[in-house]
Amino acid sequence: MAETRLRSPLGRAIGLGSAKEGVEHWWAQRVSAVALVVLGLWFAASLIAHAGAERSAVILWLQSPVPAVLAILLLIALFYHAALGLQVVIEDYVQPEWLKVSSLVAMRLICFAVAVAGIYAVLRIAFVRLAVGG
Amino acid sequence: MTPAQRPLSPHLQIYQWQLTSVLSITHRMTGIALSVGALFLVWWLLAAATSDGAFAAAQWFFGSWLGLLMLLGWTFCFFFHLANGIRHLVWDTGRGFDLPTAYASGWAVVAASAALTVVAFIAGLVMRS
Repeated sequence: MAETRLRSPLGRAIGLGSAKEGVEHWWAQRVSAVALVVLGLWFAASLIAHAGAERSAVILWLQSPVPAVLAILLLIALFYHAALGLQVVIEDYVQPEWLKVSSLVAMRLICFAVAVAGIYAVLRIAFVRLAVGG
Repeated sequence: MTPAQRPLSPHLQIYQWQLTSVLSITHRMTGIALSVGALFLVWWLLAAATSDGAFAAAQWFFGSWLGLLMLLGWTFCFFFHLANGIRHLVWDTGRGFDLPTAYASGWAVVAASAALTVVAFIAGLVMRS
């Protein structure tokens, strides 16, 4: 076949077409989804348990090692999964190329920045002795 | 340049609504809504990490009519995206694609997300009082 003769041996070994990528996005979306089934249910239950709670109760909760680690894992999985999903939405619905690319870049940066802000908040609660009043 | 006179596919409004397609687009819309909710979640965490005043402001917002309405919406979005996401994970194993199963799992997603939303939101209101 002409197609196989025109491709370089390296190109054939890598096995990617004109899209330049394979199933990485699909896999990452599934793996983060499975993580979020567990982490999401745990976090939703924790939020319900702390509905209307005092700040001191929320701080006490996130000062424990297991909730702090799970909360950070949740933030990572959540914003990773959100970035992957929003990427597909933008690719599907934003038509002009310049707007599509700039939306993708902005969305990625916002997801990354907000995830870091959330992780910082959890770490601050876990490690800094915060002044809590009435 | 004049556009070629090719046949056009009918507009979205022409198609009959089906459970499968409605759930598909709802999965996307709930995902977008949850992404916005994630921003508010980080606001809440930052407020708890910052000061009593900042946390009181966040709690005031989530306890307001608008806040509660948004929380109700996010609760539904969460359980819908969770249930339909599990449906997708099952599809990824190659199972459940025939029409009767796709409809049965679709209605199960609708029932589960509605029931879990009611249970979770009432539990939250009870904890809050």
